[in-house]
Amino acid sequence: MTSDGWPLWEVFVRSRRGLSHTHAGSLHAPDAEMALRNARDLYTRRSEGVSIWVVPSTEITASSPDEKDPFFEPSADKPYRHPTFYEIPEGVKHL
Amino acid sequence: MSTPDTREAPVTGEAAAITAAALALGDDALVLSHRLGEWAGAAPVLEEEVALANIALDLLGQARILLSLVGDEDELAYLREERSFRNAQLVEQPNGDFAHTIARQLYFSTYQHLLYGQLAAGDGPFAGLAAKAVKEVAYHQDHAEHWTLRLGDGTPESHDRMQRACDALWRYTGELFQPVDGLDLDHTAMESAWLDSVTAVLGKATLTVPAGPRTGAWAAGAGRQGLHTESFGRMLAEMQHLHRSHPGATW
Amino acid sequence: MTAVTAGTTGTTGAPGVSDGAVAATQAAYEAVFDAAVAADERIEPRDWMPEAYRASLVRQIAQHAHSEIIGMQPEANWITRAPSLRRKAILMAKVQDEAGHGLYLYSAAETLGTSRDELLDKLHAGRQKYSSIFNYPTLTWADVGAIGWLVDGAAITNQVPLCRCSYGPYARAMVRVCKEESFHQRQGYEALLALSNGTEAQHAMAQDAVDRWWWPSLMMFGPPDDESTHTAQAMAWKIKRHTNDELRQRFVDIAVPQAEALGLTLPDPDLRWNEERGHYDFGPIDWTEFWDVLKGNGPCNDQRLSKRRQAHEDGAWVREAAASYAEKHTGKHGEAQA
Repeated sequence: MTSDGWPLWEVFVRSRRGLSHTHAGSLHAPDAEMALRNARDLYTRRSEGVSIWVVPSTEITASSPDEKDPFFEPSADKPYRHPTFYEIPEGVKHL
Repeated sequence: MSTPDTREAPVTGEAAAITAAALALGDDALVLSHRLGEWAGAAPVLEEEVALANIALDLLGQARILLSLVGDEDELAYLREERSFRNAQLVEQPNGDFAHTIARQLYFSTYQHLLYGQLAAGDGPFAGLAAKAVKEVAYHQDHAEHWTLRLGDGTPESHDRMQRACDALWRYTGELFQPVDGLDLDHTAMESAWLDSVTAVLGKATLTVPAGPRTGAWAAGAGRQGLHTESFGRMLAEMQHLHRSHPGATW
Repeated sequence: MTAVTAGTTGTTGAPGVSDGAVAATQAAYEAVFDAAVAADERIEPRDWMPEAYRASLVRQIAQHAHSEIIGMQPEANWITRAPSLRRKAILMAKVQDEAGHGLYLYSAAETLGTSRDELLDKLHAGRQKYSSIFNYPTLTWADVGAIGWLVDGAAITNQVPLCRCSYGPYARAMVRVCKEESFHQRQGYEALLALSNGTEAQHAMAQDAVDRWWWPSLMMFGPPDDESTHTAQAMAWKIKRHTNDELRQRFVDIAVPQAEALGLTLPDPDLRWNEERGHYDFGPIDWTEFWDVLKGNGPCNDQRLSKRRQAHEDGAWVREAAASYAEKHTGKHGEAQA
């Protein structure tokens, strides 16, 4: 998908140190350098970020929605992976 | 009566010099910001609307701080006559096509980056402002250099347009390195650093460093002395009209 | 992820599968889609969706995006004449935001498998619409204030419910837009307040602007519910959450006390509080004007569209240059080897 030959890029922004990059949106740019700059201007003009990744949209491999069940359901029935599964006597700290 | 003029004169001289410097820097930023603002709604691509506006807003912010140092920002912007503006002629040049705008940005932001770099390193009245502005301007320079490469080394058409723009604006670049009262800078060093930097970018962009002179042939002077080019009067007429039509009004 | 294979998943049966099996699969997909919408879940780009839902979203998001970028023009008209440096900075930032909002929205539309180029081509050819409000001129500085207060106010009333729209990328774009828009309306109101409290000439300028922008702002909510062709289906799909008339009433109820606080009047002799309904009654809207402007006979239709086309055409060599540079200098991972 191009804008006169400018490919689409996905933009990921780290909003502050200690957090991971999250998807902010997309934009068109002729190359990676310009994509980074456009992303800086567009997605962090209100100081929303400290670090930016740009990825060509075509480089992303996504799970298909048809695979939804085999991909994600098995983990849904493993509540023991979550700490709230376990009962701890009241008053016990640092667990 | 007994107050000796000799004691006051240096103070006045220094204050006047600071005013002159603040006006020179402030007017540069104000006028270039205005020109960039003219692009709103007409940029070559939507992403560039956002980029040009960011630069315009940075410059307007600088202008407001600088003008406020020496007076009321609105009185200075809206009520001075053309001959009282101290901006260099380069920044008042009309936008032209995108290549002209980028060439103007390249020449000016390279200069402004060197200028604020020196001011930030010093301890003069502009050091604090310069320390913040130098970061903004570094980005402006980066933006201009990236576009210079893409236009210079893009298509034959873009190459020609960019070369024409670089040539046309070359004669306004010498003025940037004339000494300004109140700015204690090494203009010679700045000028040679500027030439090195611009030469390198143009070379990388497959463009030729313009051969012509870097100043106009008119001995009367240039923008820093209050002499401007024809289009500047129209620009001011547009900028000042509304404000001047309602004397004393608050907006 | 955005636009990766949007529009291709699950819309056709596998080769060699009989028509009956395809129909059964379609029905199953449709059931999943309907259940998701009913459960207030978000539909995401790679999910199966009815073609009509996709088309309806593209139409609405495109119109919205076009409105943002055409909407830059009437306000940009005053950037170079803004009467104070503070107002100038605010206006530049606002017009810049509109470009940004256009970008967010075109991105959302692209997740549906339609490129920005296609949408812009349709806009330039007059085959897709933008909000008619931008076909009115900004004649004085006060118009900038009136646009902020009334036009952005109406837009926000329309847009806040879209943050809960059933289509994920559109809803997310709208969250961002609404967050940024709140300053737009406030700056407009503040600018009008300064004029209203200013000199006699400034006050008159503000009143004149409100007189001209009030009715077109009410028209922004679209035709009355019984004449709106898209409302019922859009509401069933949870693209739209309220009818045009509901939103229009909500806007009037909010705007009337705001006008009083401004010290300005609204140009409607029928405007009065209706105790029984708990709403303000307002006079009839001139729908003839609405349809006429929509058809292209507004004061600025030609001007807005030709300026947009001109900017696009003038920028073509720039876009080509950057694409050509990228081709020459880009390694296989998209890094410009500058």
